[in-house]
Amino acid sequence: MIRFDQVSVTYDGADRPAVQGVDLTVPEGELVLAVGPSGSGKSTLLGTVSGLVPHFTGGTLAGRVTVAGRDTRTHPPRELADVVGTVGQDPLAHFVTDTVEDELAYGMESLGLPPATMRRRVEETLDLLGLAALRDRPIAALSGGQQQRVAIGSVLTAHPRVLVLDEPTSALDPGAAEEVLAVLQRLVHDLGTTVLLAEHRLERVVQYADQVLLLPAAGQPPVLGDPAELMARSPVFPPVVALGRLAGWSPLPLTVRDARRRAAPLRERLAGHGAGHGAGHPAARPAVPPQHRASSSASSASAAGPVLLRAEGLQVRRGRLPVLHGIDLTVRAGETVALMGRNGAGKSTLLAACVGMHRPAAGRIVLGEAGLVPHRTRPAVLLRHAGLVPQDPRDLLYAETVAAECAAADRDAGAPPGTCRELVTRLLPEVPDAVHPRDLSEGQRLTLALAVILTAAPPLLLLDEPTRGLDYAAKARLAGVLRELTAAGHAVVLATHDVELAAELAHRVVVLADGEAVADGPTPEVVVASPAFAPQIAKVLAPEPWLTVPQVRHALAPSAPSASSAGPDPERAAP
Amino acid sequence: MNTRPALGAALRAPGATRSTALHAGAWWLWALGLAAAASRTTNPLLLALLITVAGYVVAARRTDAPWARAFRFFLALGALVVAVRTGFVLLLGSPIGGTTVVLVLPEVPLPDWAQGVRLGGRVTAEALYFAFTDGLRLATLLICVGAANALANPARLLKSLPGALYEAGVAVVVAMTFAPHLIADVLRLRAARRLRGRADRGVRSVLQVALPVLESALERSVALAAAMDARGYGRTAEVPAPVRHATTALTLGGLLGVCAGSYALLAAEGAALGLPVLLPGLAAALAGLRLGGRRSVRTRYRPDRWGWRAWAVSGSGAAVAAVLIHAASADPSALNPPAVPLAAPAFPLLPAAGIVLLGLLPAVLAPAPPDPPSTSSTGDSPR
Repeated sequence: MIRFDQVSVTYDGADRPAVQGVDLTVPEGELVLAVGPSGSGKSTLLGTVSGLVPHFTGGTLAGRVTVAGRDTRTHPPRELADVVGTVGQDPLAHFVTDTVEDELAYGMESLGLPPATMRRRVEETLDLLGLAALRDRPIAALSGGQQQRVAIGSVLTAHPRVLVLDEPTSALDPGAAEEVLAVLQRLVHDLGTTVLLAEHRLERVVQYADQVLLLPAAGQPPVLGDPAELMARSPVFPPVVALGRLAGWSPLPLTVRDARRRAAPLRERLAGHGAGHGAGHPAARPAVPPQHRASSSASSASAAGPVLLRAEGLQVRRGRLPVLHGIDLTVRAGETVALMGRNGAGKSTLLAACVGMHRPAAGRIVLGEAGLVPHRTRPAVLLRHAGLVPQDPRDLLYAETVAAECAAADRDAGAPPGTCRELVTRLLPEVPDAVHPRDLSEGQRLTLALAVILTAAPPLLLLDEPTRGLDYAAKARLAGVLRELTAAGHAVVLATHDVELAAELAHRVVVLADGEAVADGPTPEVVVASPAFAPQIAKVLAPEPWLTVPQVRHALAPSAPSASSAGPDPERAAP
Repeated sequence: MNTRPALGAALRAPGATRSTALHAGAWWLWALGLAAAASRTTNPLLLALLITVAGYVVAARRTDAPWARAFRFFLALGALVVAVRTGFVLLLGSPIGGTTVVLVLPEVPLPDWAQGVRLGGRVTAEALYFAFTDGLRLATLLICVGAANALANPARLLKSLPGALYEAGVAVVVAMTFAPHLIADVLRLRAARRLRGRADRGVRSVLQVALPVLESALERSVALAAAMDARGYGRTAEVPAPVRHATTALTLGGLLGVCAGSYALLAAEGAALGLPVLLPGLAAALAGLRLGGRRSVRTRYRPDRWGWRAWAVSGSGAAVAAVLIHAASADPSALNPPAVPLAAPAFPLLPAAGIVLLGLLPAVLAPAPPDPPSTSSTGDSPR
């Protein structure tokens, strides 16, 4: 269906190709998942299929891409619109009209289909994607998952034979992501659509893939093959694969279900280790993950540190609607707290209230022992008590170069010149001074914003959805930085959909629903029981309360010093 | 026996859904008819009647869409126009003489070069009355436009544009969806300044986020352009050169005719010349647009249908205009009562009955918007 023939793409001004040596065929009716670290050329490769690369982005494409027999060199994107449907990460950037029904019809109108056909297809698509109840609604009033489904529907009505999706679920909460993935699954099964998908959050999608297209690193030729085989050597992999690698399972399990079937012996071994640690049942297990205790054992202040944030009965309204309702929250120094909950549950509002962007309608919120009231504090003072990295780090970055941004940050914070640049160098050694902040990768930009905020050394650090668009390497680096910060006595509050990150970092999880805190407790207690918020490892190893691969590795280490190489023997691993 | 209830049921206005909704153009024609009627009279009683009719139809048939809520703004604008018009007469005097002095303001002596301009001085009831009725007429025109704006969905109106104007329509629709995004960006970035320890209030804070806002707006437009291209926007069909030239000639000539004709029609004199120029111009312009549409391969999804209700609504506006145009020539003193000497305006029965009976037809005939309870129940459904 899609044929890449010795394809390489070089953007104008770049000294080496973004992708090269692509020579493969994607067969019809397959769901192919493009996997690779940031900057390995996934988006470029996806763009060549719809013709947007190079017709829209510029650059030089060598070789040949044919989709359903059409050569993208001679067919601009609009001539491919009836065979390729493209959906990006941000559905709002995709919409041309204002209501659901018109949006579904828009592509067909451009193609000049007869009205009767359009009407029939719109009705079919409304049913297929479960959008019938929303047909007259303005698009702006829909939730993120609904918008992404409308975006998919809007390209489906043209009956494309290939669907190209670039990170369709990265902005969605776990429930909404399931919604979208279920739709894709259905398209592949019922309509035989060929789907080419790129996604950083592999734990969500890898089990749906028929084949994996692995882009090992920038400039290396991609490989198409069986998911389990390629996951064994991929530089990016979901936790369940990490566990499989650790335990030496072969073939690698890609789903929680497969892994559970294999995990009985591992569970037994780990149960023994639990007893060895002197914690027989989950409640007695320490809330702090082991690697934390190792790194921050000196402070061990997570329970007794000074209070940095206290909210009592906090209520915030937007118009007359309460967005937060009776929130009680205490955050102490040295603690990491994860705020979880579906889109629109009030996570971002709570973080914004901590820096005084919202005036509480009732209740109170105070910072530190000085009892600072955020919305009555001058920004220049507030900066030294609480710092927030917003969902889009670009909101914080105004300057033209990294160096100018750092200088401005020093001025804003009243810190000695060079403070921010020093932080940037420590967190992001590879970033040169002269680069424009918008040209950085998502991960680099987030780290720059973090450095800008840290210049004022606020004891309370708030991060809104920090792992959106980050690959596993960038996420691990962020986790390392945050761990160091808590060890140094900062408190970190994260609002996140990323259950794996929460499991790895957070001491405590607070679950918000409809503006109320419905759970607040140590991470293992809150997370293990919840089907939506449990990380993959917890699902595999339940009822044993292990959350992350490093924890498991740590527990196995004393008995088998080289756990990753030895592991349990394959005979015992068979169910 | 059975025909009567059946006819009644057929006449009763249905609920407005996508398939029964009144054509947006019909609302505009109706409102422009009322506006043309208003331009023919300065009788405050008739003008008040026109405003009432427009207001009642809006109240009966508007939805709760954002543009529908803007009617209040047009009412306020009308009031402002009347206030400014009378305010000027109060301060600057008026060429209308009159003998009934209401009050005398202290007159400011002005230098010689400002001869002919007067500040303060005598204010007569006649001048005030004239200014008030004149302002009221302009306000009525504005309110009629406001009524059309409140009743017709602008996106649907643009969708009914001829194929040749499609690109312009898309530009307007995209701009309409972009504006709220832009405002949201400004508010968000301004709030984010607080995070850097800078002031998040005042004019400076808005100015300083201008560049990042423009950057992100530009990024968004590029993303939208890519998405539109990938969805087939801009596919064209080949058109022979003679057709292209004919299109240009017809469109330009037609538009000139329309401009000249409507000026003649709306100006006080030359109504006789107006229609003969306007109609051929309109026909030529429409033919040009139709020819121009050949270039586009687009089809239209569920266009608004121009049914008999649309004819009735636009006809009601036209009829009101016709009644007042006729009355203005038949009974000029009742429709444009002189300000000097001051007298209570007459209440001409025939035009008044025309305005009320004909102008109110849409409030009965046009499809009714869905009931608020049903909209609120769909509002809860996404959870």
